[in-house]
Amino acid sequence: MTQVAIVGIGQTPVAEHWDKSLQELAQDAITQALADADLQTVDALYVGNAYGGTIGEQSHVAPLIADFAGLVGIEAWTVDAGDAAGGAALRAGYLAVASGAVETALVVGVEKMTDRVGSAREGARNTSIHAELENLQGATLTSLAGLLMQRYLHEQNIPLSAFEPLSINAHLNGSNNPYAMYRNKLREGAFAKAPMVSHPVSLFDRAPDGDGAAAVILTRLENAQDMVPTPIRIVGSAVSTDQFAIQDRQQLLKLEAVSRAVDRALSQAQLNLASLSFAELHDAFTILSVLTLEAMGLAEYGKGWEFIANGQSVIGRNGTFPISTMGGLKSRGNPSGATGVYQAVEATLQLRGQAGDNQITDAKTALLLNLGGMATTAIAHILSL
Amino acid sequence: MTNETNTYQFSGYGELYSYTLLQDPPSGYEWQSPYVIALIKLEEGPMVLAQLTDLDGEPQIGDRVQMVTRKLTTDGATGMIVYGYKFRAIR
Repeated sequence: MTQVAIVGIGQTPVAEHWDKSLQELAQDAITQALADADLQTVDALYVGNAYGGTIGEQSHVAPLIADFAGLVGIEAWTVDAGDAAGGAALRAGYLAVASGAVETALVVGVEKMTDRVGSAREGARNTSIHAELENLQGATLTSLAGLLMQRYLHEQNIPLSAFEPLSINAHLNGSNNPYAMYRNKLREGAFAKAPMVSHPVSLFDRAPDGDGAAAVILTRLENAQDMVPTPIRIVGSAVSTDQFAIQDRQQLLKLEAVSRAVDRALSQAQLNLASLSFAELHDAFTILSVLTLEAMGLAEYGKGWEFIANGQSVIGRNGTFPISTMGGLKSRGNPSGATGVYQAVEATLQLRGQAGDNQITDAKTALLLNLGGMATTAIAHILSL
Repeated sequence: MTNETNTYQFSGYGELYSYTLLQDPPSGYEWQSPYVIALIKLEEGPMVLAQLTDLDGEPQIGDRVQMVTRKLTTDGATGMIVYGYKFRAIR
């Protein structure tokens, strides 16, 4: 397989972009990425988008985006994987270049989800959970997180505030990210008093939905070295899936798809957890982050809450295992199908040494983890200098 | 590998494994909001997700529950009622 490198990146702020169409948002990110890579065109476009067909009433978005961006005629198709669509589009681009089939691939994650509010938006998000066993019963993705978190609190007998370091960390880093949706810092103690959305998941727990577009350009490493000063290699790429309805999981609190995807990606890269300088996890809910740390093997099952207990000294920018380094889903925002590509853009900034106040010292290798449903799809990528 | 499936009849009894009070319902469920979504471990072993109904105070993990038939939502312009299973605590 050909080695693959990132040579260009672009992103829009995550916000309520009511004045821009999906294709205009994508165009903003694409223009930046092409300029960053000093390219005029690409051979193929892979688009991650989760809710275009429901909220936007527009499916089949890749050729729409290609057309609007002046890329008529290239290979272009859209990838569906719930909120992991961005990671899946990155996987598609990676495979295309690694296989030798495509020389230069543009990967775009784009989402407009704030044009609908309330039950209409929740109903659209429900298309990524089980139609009959979950959606029809009246559940939502947030309520599934509530079920997992309630059970975890019961089994570990810990207070809600144990999860607070994750949201505090995310907002601390997001406050330095000009593209982040929410740049306020969270006060200690506020987390456990926040209004409930699906008890015990609260407003300060659940990542905000936003609109946004992010883009990365991939090409063969051998070309990349002549194109840009710091190509970022994709050294690991893996996808795993779990039983679709959470009721069918072997053990509710073990995110097995995460374990498999991370193991496979690390194996491919011939690295271990200790090699990672930082990680961009799928922190849509704090319970997902805690269970992810356990599933990855950084903490024993049931002890993820202990791992994060010392907050900044572990998960902070100068900690032993920094996460959400540019705000994560919680503070930068979660424009569902675009999120996985935002993770790639942010990790690239870190590895290039362009992360500003959020810069991780000696950043060399990063793990990106993008989840669809309640970790039904887990997509892991490893980026390295 | 065979495509044969066997039909199994559950007793309808189980134990409350987890629950959450849902306050942001999806379309079609606004009229019931807020409501409790739960995971029930059936006495035969499998887990099932369903609403809790006929609530009398705060549910407790470990409560013994039984299945009942209830309206879930309506379908289409004529408002055809869709029935399904919910669970209530046995006291």
